[in-house]
Amino acid sequence: MKSAVITFPGINRERDMMLALEATTGHKAISVWHTEATLPDVDLVVVPGGFSYGDYLRCGAIAARSPIMQDIRAKALKGLKVLGVCNGFQIITEAGLLPGVLVRNAALKFVCREVKLEIENNQTFFTNKMAKGQIVSCPVAHGEGNYLCDAETLQALEGEGRVVFRYAEGTNPNGATNDIAGIVSASGNVIGMMPHPENMIEAIHGKMDCRPLFEGLLAA
Amino acid sequence: MKAKIKVTLKNGVLDPQGKAIEGALGSLGFGGVNGVRQGKFFEIDLAETDKAKAEAAIKQMCEKLIANTVIENYEIELG
Repeated sequence: MKSAVITFPGINRERDMMLALEATTGHKAISVWHTEATLPDVDLVVVPGGFSYGDYLRCGAIAARSPIMQDIRAKALKGLKVLGVCNGFQIITEAGLLPGVLVRNAALKFVCREVKLEIENNQTFFTNKMAKGQIVSCPVAHGEGNYLCDAETLQALEGEGRVVFRYAEGTNPNGATNDIAGIVSASGNVIGMMPHPENMIEAIHGKMDCRPLFEGLLAA
Repeated sequence: MKAKIKVTLKNGVLDPQGKAIEGALGSLGFGGVNGVRQGKFFEIDLAETDKAKAEAAIKQMCEKLIANTVIENYEIELG
């Protein structure tokens, strides 16, 4: 399984993501700088977390218009798998790969803590090793993770089973609509999520709850 | 030609920053503040001298980058 991790100025979780991909899939990920016009030949692109362009204008807005995102958008339309985590989720929504937007946390505070996630959809390329309804621990670290979309989009997401991850057991850290923590595109090949599964896959992380997510990439 | 752009949150979109400002105004003793909504203001200096062309260009800029129309409205003023 070949994967690429995109780095923008201000991104800070790209190495965690590359280590996680290598540790779980056995394949080293390719690091791609945002000014590249073309992606290498890969099966999966990950847009990692951080603070691209210092969250100027809106979180993810500037990165979403970078050269590499044009190629990611074009290839995503043809079925390339794309995973956006945290700032990566903000970037791919700003780029129009997923509907809705991530706005400032309802309580205004940056949250850095562990939450519980319920796997709502286990038929995706990232959740196929999980059971539907399974609850896992996962860290979050963000100031703008409050998922928002119009009523029509929300109905489509809920009706089509496109909410992949939902904050469970009252752990919604940001006021996200319907406790939405992660969603998948209608085409099934683009997933965005606010929590950081790459930081809960090894014994040193305290728990390994999210390791099966990455192992699922090999089966997808 | 200069363009002034005002970007505001759509009605119904939660504005926690506006709420925090409202709270701080209350702490300062300002009474009678029924609500605060925070927005953004941009000034763009354009080489274009034709007003219609400038307006069309600015509209594109707003749609493509300056505003996120899922949650924001924008108003353009040219001068």
